[in-house]
Amino acid sequence: MSSRTINGILEGQRLTNLEEHSVSRRDFLKFCTAMAATMGLPLGMANVIASALESAKRPPVIWLHYQECTGCTESLLRSTHPAIEHLVLDLISLDYSETLSVAAGHNVEEALHKSLEENAGKFILVVEGSIPTNEGGIYCKIGGRTALDLVKDIGGKAAAIVAIGSCASWGGVQSSHPNPTGAKGVAEILSDKTVINLPGCPASPYNLLSVILYYLTLGKLPELDPMGRPIFAYGRLIHENCERRPHFDAGRFVTDFGDEGHRLGWCLYKIGCKGPETHANCPIQLYGDVGANAWPVGTGHPCFGCTEKGVGFTKPVHQQASVFNVTPPATFPDIVEEKTSGGFTIGGAAIAGAAAGAALAAGIKITKNMPSSEEKES
Amino acid sequence: MNIGRRDFFKIASVGALTCSGAQPALAEPRRELSPKAIGILYDATLCIGCKSCEVACKKRNNKSKVHSEIEEFYGVEMAWDSARDLDANTMNKIKLYKNGTGEVKDRETDGFSFIKRACMHCVDPDCISACPVSALTKDPVTGIVKYDIDACCGCRYCQVACPYLIPKFEYDKAFPQLVKCELCRHVVSDGGLPGCCEFCPTGASIFGPVRALLEEAKKRLSMSEGETYDFPIATVDAEHRTVRPVSKYVNYVYGEKEGGGTQYIMLSGVPFQKLGLPALPDHSSASLSEGVQHTIYKGMILPIALLAGLSFLTYRSTKKDEKSD
Repeated sequence: MSSRTINGILEGQRLTNLEEHSVSRRDFLKFCTAMAATMGLPLGMANVIASALESAKRPPVIWLHYQECTGCTESLLRSTHPAIEHLVLDLISLDYSETLSVAAGHNVEEALHKSLEENAGKFILVVEGSIPTNEGGIYCKIGGRTALDLVKDIGGKAAAIVAIGSCASWGGVQSSHPNPTGAKGVAEILSDKTVINLPGCPASPYNLLSVILYYLTLGKLPELDPMGRPIFAYGRLIHENCERRPHFDAGRFVTDFGDEGHRLGWCLYKIGCKGPETHANCPIQLYGDVGANAWPVGTGHPCFGCTEKGVGFTKPVHQQASVFNVTPPATFPDIVEEKTSGGFTIGGAAIAGAAAGAALAAGIKITKNMPSSEEKES
Repeated sequence: MNIGRRDFFKIASVGALTCSGAQPALAEPRRELSPKAIGILYDATLCIGCKSCEVACKKRNNKSKVHSEIEEFYGVEMAWDSARDLDANTMNKIKLYKNGTGEVKDRETDGFSFIKRACMHCVDPDCISACPVSALTKDPVTGIVKYDIDACCGCRYCQVACPYLIPKFEYDKAFPQLVKCELCRHVVSDGGLPGCCEFCPTGASIFGPVRALLEEAKKRLSMSEGETYDFPIATVDAEHRTVRPVSKYVNYVYGEKEGGGTQYIMLSGVPFQKLGLPALPDHSSASLSEGVQHTIYKGMILPIALLAGLSFLTYRSTKKDEKSD
């Protein structure tokens, strides 16, 4: 990150000239097009996104960290197409982030309070990490206050709340049995508010970016599924878009790591892939911007189910998934199959008809001849 | 010949009485399951419909992929699973029961279930009873119902006799033979597994001694819905297992008693009759028909008695004729 960008964040200045940050107009428009595609918007929307990005006042964002590994922030920082750190950091006014702030201690806490006062009801709150609730939430404290207290206080003033990562979405790894800290997701703490969940371990940074751009462009939140996840990113099962799906359909399964099927890239279902019960766009969006196959299943490891509550960090890694089908496909034969072949065909019926006709004609002829033959005998 | 209409009915009724009056008594004691009999347990609640078994079955038994209308639809060339039913190229078929919206697996209403159809390897097979030339035989140890092309005369009585409509005939071949699952006996004899069991990813089809399979099936039925269980994969005593919650079962092991019992037994969440499996009595049709036949011809007493009676009647009527002349 350039020092200029950091200054930009700290001073909260609006950046009008992207070239100043080594982002060309062409790269910028390419980015907008890619984002439109990620959000499932028509390509014509790229221009609308571009103008929204250029004209909108940068919304203030407060980014809170609780029980987590900071992996979501780390993956966001490593997004690269094109130079995403510039765009993310220039797009929003990141008023508070423990990881990215240069300031520390009382200075940064002061910045938080100042921003909260100024932007009450206007800022976007991003929460990373789960919130401990046991023993009054003493397991995680910042500036002497518990995470539980902070999230309730700050969450109550936010315009929109985004829970990034599995921890913030539903508790993540900390909520696994026996869950000593009573870790919970943001939506459980702020049950009266709409929380956009972006689960994943780490969450795909492009899903966060898309949500923010969607909000800036259209002025509303994207459509969410019953688990609070944006439909555009979590609407389909991994199994539906998996590059190894044809192997599943053809019954070619890896039975052991390193076996023939594994080397040939067969389906990982048998060794515990959770793709058939996990909703996410990993097979399409991939990770790390390094090209094809850059996602767990692409590298040969079964899907872990990190975006799905009750699957990731809950089911054993090599336990087989329940195959979740909305309706069974139509390519299976019914219990009682109507015979489509082997019965009467038009050609067969014609031949049979001809034979029957010939027999009938012969019969008539013989019957006609009979009296005459009797006459001859007599 | 002067047998009156009255006399004819008398003779006929004797024959009818011999056959019908003694039905249950004539049913022969059914064949018992061999202690080393092997078979398959198919658990429909574990089946995910991947058709892995169909592919494995065809590969193992040298059956070919075929061209079908599926190709156009899916843009593939030749498919393993395009058959709509068991046929001369398909010994094993996954079929689908679907009701209403078909939302929930293993539910009778508005649900769906898969079912795997193949030879049931009956304990007392009707096909063997019907076969006039012993082309179909039951292995005394493994209990596999085997087919011998060299003995087969092509009468296809077995097709009519089978209550499950399993045997298929190669009508399109110049030198046809009968096709049905033989439990991959060419592999099993060397300690291998039937293709369907070896390649089933979920353990929906498992191979093993029938007694152990029955025990396993009853254990599953005794567990309550939602309880977790380590389901074995490929064989009933496999080390490779996978943990899953137990589904709701219909409290019945299909094949334990059907037609005298089968060596291919099934569990399901949907009633078996909905899955196209017939409700059969506890004894095989063969036990009844063979019982009748064997009683009639026992020591040739009844045929000889019948012949004697008929001869007497003939003799008496011819005498009358001679006298009147």
